[in-house]
Amino acid sequence: MPRQITYREALREGLDEELAHDDNVVIIGEEVAEYNGAYKVTEGLWEKWGDKRLVDAPISEAGFIGMGIGASMLGIRPVMELMFYSFAYVAFDQMMNNAATCRYMSGGLVNCPIVVRGPANGGTNVGATHSHTPENIFANMPGLKVVSPSDAYDAKGLIKSAIRDNDPVYFMESTVLYGQTAEVPSNDELEDGELLVPIGRAKVKREGTDISLIAHGRAVITSLEAAEILAEKHNINAEVVDLRSIRPLDEQTIMESVRKTHRAIYIEENKPFCGVGAQISSMIMEQAFDDLDAPVLRITSADAPAFYSPPIEKLQLPQADEIVERALSIC
Amino acid sequence: MGIKLSENCDSKFQSAYITLLSAPFQHRFIFSHRMAAKTKTSAQTDHKEAAINASLSKEDKLDLLREMVRIRKFEQTSLKHYLNGSIGGFLHLYIGQESVAVGSISLLGDDDHVITAYRDHGHALAVGMGMDECMAEVFGKATGCSKGKGGSMHYFAPDKNYWGGHGIVGGQTPLGAGLAYAVKYQGKKGCCLCYLGDGAINQGAFHEALNLAALWDLPVIYIIENNGYSMGTSQARSSAFPEEGLAARAEGYNMAWDKIDGVSIYEIRAGVQKAVERAHNESKPTLLEIATYRHKGHSVADANAEKYRTKEEIKTYMDKHDPIQFMKDDLIAEGILTEEDFKAMNQEAQKEANDAADFAIKSPFPEESEIFDDIYWEVDNNTEAGRTGRHFFHG
Repeated sequence: MPRQITYREALREGLDEELAHDDNVVIIGEEVAEYNGAYKVTEGLWEKWGDKRLVDAPISEAGFIGMGIGASMLGIRPVMELMFYSFAYVAFDQMMNNAATCRYMSGGLVNCPIVVRGPANGGTNVGATHSHTPENIFANMPGLKVVSPSDAYDAKGLIKSAIRDNDPVYFMESTVLYGQTAEVPSNDELEDGELLVPIGRAKVKREGTDISLIAHGRAVITSLEAAEILAEKHNINAEVVDLRSIRPLDEQTIMESVRKTHRAIYIEENKPFCGVGAQISSMIMEQAFDDLDAPVLRITSADAPAFYSPPIEKLQLPQADEIVERALSIC
Repeated sequence: MGIKLSENCDSKFQSAYITLLSAPFQHRFIFSHRMAAKTKTSAQTDHKEAAINASLSKEDKLDLLREMVRIRKFEQTSLKHYLNGSIGGFLHLYIGQESVAVGSISLLGDDDHVITAYRDHGHALAVGMGMDECMAEVFGKATGCSKGKGGSMHYFAPDKNYWGGHGIVGGQTPLGAGLAYAVKYQGKKGCCLCYLGDGAINQGAFHEALNLAALWDLPVIYIIENNGYSMGTSQARSSAFPEEGLAARAEGYNMAWDKIDGVSIYEIRAGVQKAVERAHNESKPTLLEIATYRHKGHSVADANAEKYRTKEEIKTYMDKHDPIQFMKDDLIAEGILTEEDFKAMNQEAQKEANDAADFAIKSPFPEESEIFDDIYWEVDNNTEAGRTGRHFFHG
C-alpha cells in the first residue's frame, strides 16, 4: 500500500528534512513555533528543533520578511511563513525591491536565498483582504521564482528544492489543499533517498488527446474533475497540465500538449487581468498558432474582490462545470 | 526605561531653544543647543579623551582626516561631471556629512557589517571601496562596482561587509536587522551599522525593524544621519515630538539611544564605540542620532535646496559645523598638521578623484548582452536549477 499523506504533512516533512539538511535553515513567521502554525504546517517542529530554528515573529511582515532577506545575504536560509499570502502586500517593498533586485543592482555580488511561503487562495469565507492570489504579481518580477504546488507530492518535493535554491522563491500554497492526501513515497522507497522536485518543470497530471487544460495550484484539482466529466459524459479526452512552477516556466511541456490536442484552456484562481493565463495564452498564440484549432480560452476567478457570502464566493472561483462548458464550446 | 547614554542633551534646554528659533531653524535644536551650551574646543576635548580616541596615533588621525577629504573630493568631482552632463539620474552628495561614515566605520572589525540608504558614496569609500569603481558606477560604466547596473544609490561590496546602497527610504532598515540576525545566528561577535536619514524614521519598516532588534536582542546599530531635512521638508514639519528628537523613539522599544554632534569625528567615534561594545558584548541594539548637515541639496536635481533652507543657514553650517574644517583646525592646534600638509592632502585626493573620473570616462559602457546577467544566481552559475524552465519572457 503506497504511503498517503496530506499536503500539510508533506510540507512539514519537507521543512523538517531541510532543517536537518542545513544548519542555516531557520523557519520564521507568525505562530510557526509555540502555536504550531496557524494552519498546523509546522506542528511539532518547534518541539523538535527549538527556539533557534523555529522563530515566532510578531505581526510585522515588512519587518521580519525584510529581516529574513538581510539575513539571507549573509548565508542564512530563512523560510518565512506568511499566515496568508495576502499579507505579502504589507511587505511588498521588501519582497519586490530588496529580494528581487539586490542581485542585479550589485552586479551579481549579492544573492538572497530566501523562501516566503504560505497559502495564497480564496474560497474560504474570509473576505477579500484574506483571499488574494498574487502569483501573477510576483511572477512579473525578474529575479523572483514563483511556485504553486497542487498536491502533497509536489508540495514536499518543491519546498525542499525551494529551500536549496539560491534565489528568492515565493511558495504559494492553498488552505483548501492542506488536508488533501496524495501518494508520497517515504525516503527509503526512493532511489536518491529523498524527494526533490525541480523548480521549472511542469507535470502532465492526466494524459489526453482532445484539449489541454493547463492550470496551477488548486485549479489543477478542479481541472482534473472537469476532465473526468468530459470523458464520462462527452467522450472528450482532456489532458491536464500542472505548471507547478510559474516562474521559471516549463513552456516545453505546455507547447507539446497544445501541439498534441490543438485546443487549450488556462484555468486559475487568479484574477483575469494580466493573470498567469494571459501570459500562457499569449505564448501559445505566438509559438503554436498553426497548431491551434480554436482560440485559447481563460477561466479565472470572477473579476471582482472576493465575496464574503459563501454561496456567492464559491461561484467566483473556477468550477468544474464551467470548465466543461467552456471546453465544449471549442471542442 | 530605555538607556539614554549621554546626559549632555538637556531636553528642557532644547525646548526653550525651539521656542526661540524661527521655524526654518527648529530642526536644528541639537546643533544650536550644542553650540550654545559649550564651546567647540571643550566638546572636542571631552571626546578626544575617550579611550577609543586617546589611542589614536598621529597617523591614525591624519588617516581619518584624509578619508573625509577623499570623500569630499570624490563628491565634488562627481558633481562636476553631473553638471557637465556626463552623469545623469540621481546624485545624492555626502558633502558635509563625511565625519559620520568615516568616524563610525573606522571602529569596525572583520565580523561587523555596514548597510545604508541612497546617499552611499561616503560609506563606500570608508569601507575601502576604490574611487575608480565607484566613479565608474555613477557614469554607468561596465567597470563600475555594480557593472553599471545599480548607479549612485546602489553600491555594494560584500567582500568589505558592505551590503548597499538602497534606494527606498527606510527599506534597508529591516535588512540591517537581518544582517545582525545572521551574525548572531552564526555565533559571531559582530554587529551591523545600519544608516538612515532623518526622513526615514517615519517609515513603518523602520519601526518594525526597531521592534525586532529590541525584541530579539540583535546586534544592530541604527544611525540616523540627521541633516535636518527629508528632501525639502524640515524635521519640524515631518517628525513629531521635536522636544526629544529622533533617537528618543528608541524609548518605545526600551532600546539604548544617544545623540551625537556630527561636527566632531571624535564625538562620533566615542558615541558609536559604546554602541559597538554593547552589540559585541551584550548583543543589544542601539539607536543613534548624529546631527549633521548636507551642504548641497537632497540630490543634485533638488532645485530648491536654497529655498527651503536660507543661504544664511547653509553658510552657518558650512562655516561652523563642517567636520573637515573642524578636524583640520584641531590637528593644526595639536601640531600634527600644517596648512601646507592639508593643502597637499586635498591635492592628492583631488588627483585621485580626477584620475577616477578619467578612468570612468575611458571605460566602456556595459554590453547589451549583460541585461540578463545577475538576475538569478542559479542561471548565472549555470546550475541544473538555472537550466530548468524558462526564466525570462521577453521577445
